[in-house]
Amino acid sequence: MGLTAPPEHRTVSYAPESQEGWVATRLDFLVNWGRANSLWPMPFGTACCAIEFMATAASDFDLARFGMERMSFSPRQADVLICAGRVPFKLAPIIRRIWQQMPQPKWAISMGACASTGGMFDNYAVVQGIDTIIPVDVYVPGCPPRPEGLIYGIRMLQEKVKNERSSDAGIRDEMEPDPSSQLYIPPSVIDELGEPFGNSVNQTRSGL
Amino acid sequence: MSKRTVEVELSTSGLDAQGRPQRIPLVTNDGGAAVALQPPPGLEPDLEGEHMLINIGPQHPATHGVLRLVLELDGETVVRCIPHIGYLHCGFEKIGEYRQYNQIICWTDREDYLNSIGNNVAFALGAERLFGIEITERCKVLRVIASELSRIMSHLVWLGTFCIDIGAFTPFLWAFQRREEIYRLIEKWVGARLTTSATRVGGMAADIPSGWMDGLRQFIRTFPHTLDEIDRVLTRNAIWVGRTVGLGVMTPDEAINWGLSGPMLRASGVDYDVRKDFPYLDYETYDFEVPVGTNGDVYDRYLVRFEELRQSLRILQQAADRLPDGPVNIDDPRVILPPKSKATSEMESMIHHFKVVMEGPRPPIGESYVAVESPKGEKGYYMVSDGTAKPVRWRIRPPSFVNLAAIPKMVEGHLLSDVIAINASIDIVMGEIDR
Amino acid sequence: MTRFEVVRTGASATGAQPATQRNVSHRGAEANPSAKALQDKFSAAIKRVDVIWAETIVYVDPAAAHEIIRWLHDDQSQQYDFLIDVTAVEYRDAEVPIEVVWHLRSLPYRRFLRIKAQLPKGAPLEIDSLWDIYKSADWLERECYDMFGIRFRGHPDLRRILMWESYKEGYPLRKDFPLRGRFSRSEQLRQALAQNPEARYSMEELTIADAFAELPQDMRERLSKGERTGE
Repeated sequence: MGLTAPPEHRTVSYAPESQEGWVATRLDFLVNWGRANSLWPMPFGTACCAIEFMATAASDFDLARFGMERMSFSPRQADVLICAGRVPFKLAPIIRRIWQQMPQPKWAISMGACASTGGMFDNYAVVQGIDTIIPVDVYVPGCPPRPEGLIYGIRMLQEKVKNERSSDAGIRDEMEPDPSSQLYIPPSVIDELGEPFGNSVNQTRSGL
Repeated sequence: MSKRTVEVELSTSGLDAQGRPQRIPLVTNDGGAAVALQPPPGLEPDLEGEHMLINIGPQHPATHGVLRLVLELDGETVVRCIPHIGYLHCGFEKIGEYRQYNQIICWTDREDYLNSIGNNVAFALGAERLFGIEITERCKVLRVIASELSRIMSHLVWLGTFCIDIGAFTPFLWAFQRREEIYRLIEKWVGARLTTSATRVGGMAADIPSGWMDGLRQFIRTFPHTLDEIDRVLTRNAIWVGRTVGLGVMTPDEAINWGLSGPMLRASGVDYDVRKDFPYLDYETYDFEVPVGTNGDVYDRYLVRFEELRQSLRILQQAADRLPDGPVNIDDPRVILPPKSKATSEMESMIHHFKVVMEGPRPPIGESYVAVESPKGEKGYYMVSDGTAKPVRWRIRPPSFVNLAAIPKMVEGHLLSDVIAINASIDIVMGEIDR
Repeated sequence: MTRFEVVRTGASATGAQPATQRNVSHRGAEANPSAKALQDKFSAAIKRVDVIWAETIVYVDPAAAHEIIRWLHDDQSQQYDFLIDVTAVEYRDAEVPIEVVWHLRSLPYRRFLRIKAQLPKGAPLEIDSLWDIYKSADWLERECYDMFGIRFRGHPDLRRILMWESYKEGYPLRKDFPLRGRFSRSEQLRQALAQNPEARYSMEELTIADAFAELPQDMRERLSKGERTGE
C-alpha cells in the first residue's frame, strides 16, 4: 500500500449541508472554551494515584490554573470524573452509579495504569480497566503518573472538549451500556483481552 | 433499640420565651463520652424521634479512601456505627504467592502508599530474616533514613487531610509543599516519587547519589520552620482544641485489647513503640523519644503525631551524621544482583544475574514475622517459605485495619461532625486495610 | 476529663534492654519461656514446639486453642495482652492441613509467641473464636473467614469483609482458587455490577433500613425470627 493515499482519498468534499454557519462555529468555540477551562473534577480517588492527584492539586503543580479549582465531590456538580487508582470489583457498581449521577456534559479520565487496564493487579479482585464499566475519554498511563503526566492528560481532554461540535448530534447523548451484559465493551472482547493469562487451566503456565 | 415515629403531640412549642429554639446541651461524662443533659421539666420527657440511618461513602471526600460508614443517628448523635471495608481489596496476598521475593517489593509500595519506602524496608527486613541474611552497616543507616523520611511523608499527609476534615485548608498546602521536597530527594535516589521499590533482599536498589546528603541536610534544616508554623496555627487554636478535645477516647486497657498500635495506642497512654521495644535496624543506638499521650482523645493523637515529626528529624540528623562508607548490598551473588559492570563483563556474574532475575533467590524452609513501626502502627509481614522462590503465604498485618475496627466503639455518643474528626485521627490508608 | 496513667511496656521484663537481633540462627535458638510453661500446664494439647529464626511456634490442638489462649491472656506470669494477628496458611502440598496462626505479644514481658492449630482439610474448617478474649479478633477473624472459609465458632458477626457478601467464586486465598478467579472476566464484571450496595447491611442495620424488601428470603426469615448479631 505504501505511504501515499490513493488519489480519491486526497480530495475533501464539502457538501453544502455539512457546513456549519459562522454563528454556530463561534458559538461552539465560546461554549467549548468555557467548558474546557472550567472543568470541575470529581476525584474518584482510591489509591496511590489519588495521592499524586492531591499533589497535582497542591501548590507545586497547581491544577487550579487549568480551571480545576473546585474539586466537586458531589457528582451532580462535576464535569469530569477522574478515576485515580485501582478499582476492585466491589467498587464497580459504585463508580457506575456515580457516573450515572453525573449530568451531561461529562467526561472521564482514567488516571494510572490500574484504572486504565487493571495495572499490575491481574487477579480475581480488580476490574481490568474501568472502560468496561464507564466510557473513558482520556487514559493517563503511569504508576502513578507524574503530576506533569496528569496535567498532560487534562490538557488532552481540554483539546478534545474544544474540538466538539454542536452539529454533531449525538455527542452529548448518554452512552448506554449493552442492556443484556450491562457492559460498555462486548463480553467476548473483554474475555479475549484477558485470555493470554487468565481464567483457564493455563493460568500458571508461565508462573505469572 | 427502640424506634418511634414522630407523631406525638408536642407539649411545648420548642421555643423559649424569646422565640428562640430550645437546645439540648451535651456535656462530657466521666468516661469522656458526650451525653445529653436530662431535658428540663416541661419538655416531653421521652420525646425520642425516629433513628435515622445514613450512609457515608464509599465515595466521600472525608473518608480517607473508599470507606463506607453506616451511622444510626438519633438527631445529630451517633447511636451506632457500622463500617464497611473491602472496596479497595486487590488481592495482594494472593498475588504474593505467585511472585518472587524481589518482585513482591513492588507490591509493598502500593499497599500503604503513604509509607511506600517504609513498607519496602519492612518487607526487606522480613525477607532477610527468612533468608538468614545480615545486611551491611551502610544499608542499615540508609534504611533508617528512608523509614524516617517515609514517616514524615505519611504524617504530613495525615496532617493535611486531618486539617481539611476539621476545616482548615492552608496547612494542607504547606504540608504538601514540604512533601514535594522529600519527593525530589527520593526521586534523586531511586527514581520514583511515590512507588519507590527502593529495597531489595540483601540491600537497596541503589546507593544514594553524590550530593544527596546535602539535600537531606537542607531539608532537616528547613523543615522545623514549617512545623513551627503549623504549630502556631493549630495547637492552641480555640477552634481546633474545641473540635478535638474529648473525642473518641480509648482507655489504655481498651486500646490494648482492641489491638490498636502506633500513635492511636500511644495517645491512650501505652508506651509501646516497636522501635523501642522490639528494635530493628539498630534503633536502640539512636537517641530519640517516643511521645505518649494521657487522654486518649483526638487532640492527643494530633499532639503525638506532631511530636513524632520532630523526633523523626532528630533521628534523621543522627543517621545523616553516622552514615558509614562501604557497600550497600551484601556480597552474596545467590541473593542479590551483582553490579552491572561486572554482570556485563564477567561470565560468572552474568550467570548469577540471570539466575537471580529468572528464578529468584530461594530461602530455606521456614517462616518469619517481622514488625516495624510504620506511621500507622505496628506493621508486620509474615512470610512462610517452602524452599521455593515464591512464598507459600505472604501475610500483611495491617495496622490501619485493626485500628479502624475500633471506630464503632469510639464514635458512639458523639455528633456527626465528630465522626469525621475521629475517623481522620485514626490515620487510615485503605490500601493497607483492604490489601 | 480523666487522665490515664502511662502504661510502660516491659514493666515485668527482666534482662537487658531490647536490642536489634543479630545473627539469628535458623533453628535451635532459645525458646520463649512461655513455651515451657504451656507444656507444663497443657501437656496433651501442645503438639509441638518449634523455634525458627528465634520465633517460638507452639502447635496446639484446635479444640483446646481457645482455652490455651485464654490462659495465656489471663495468667499473671504470661500476660499476653496484645493479639497482633489472626491468619491462616494453606500449603501447596494438598496433604498438609490448613494452619490457623495467632500472633501474640506480651507487652509487660516483651515477648512474642506464635500459636498454630492445624485443621485437616477433609473436615469442615471450624475453630473457636477469640472474640471474648480480644476485641481485635473481630475483624481479623472475619477476614480469615472471607479468605479461607474457616468458621469461627462464637464470633458475633461472621460475614465477609473484603469481598461482597454474595460473592460466589469461593474463598480467594485457598490454593485451589485460581489467581484470576473462577469465572471469566465479563462474568465477574456482571456479578459485580449486580450487587446492590445498599442491600448489604448487617442484621441490625436491616431492621431500620428500607432494604428489607430486597433481601434474600433466608435473611428475611432470620430477621423475623429475631436473630441479632452482636455489633
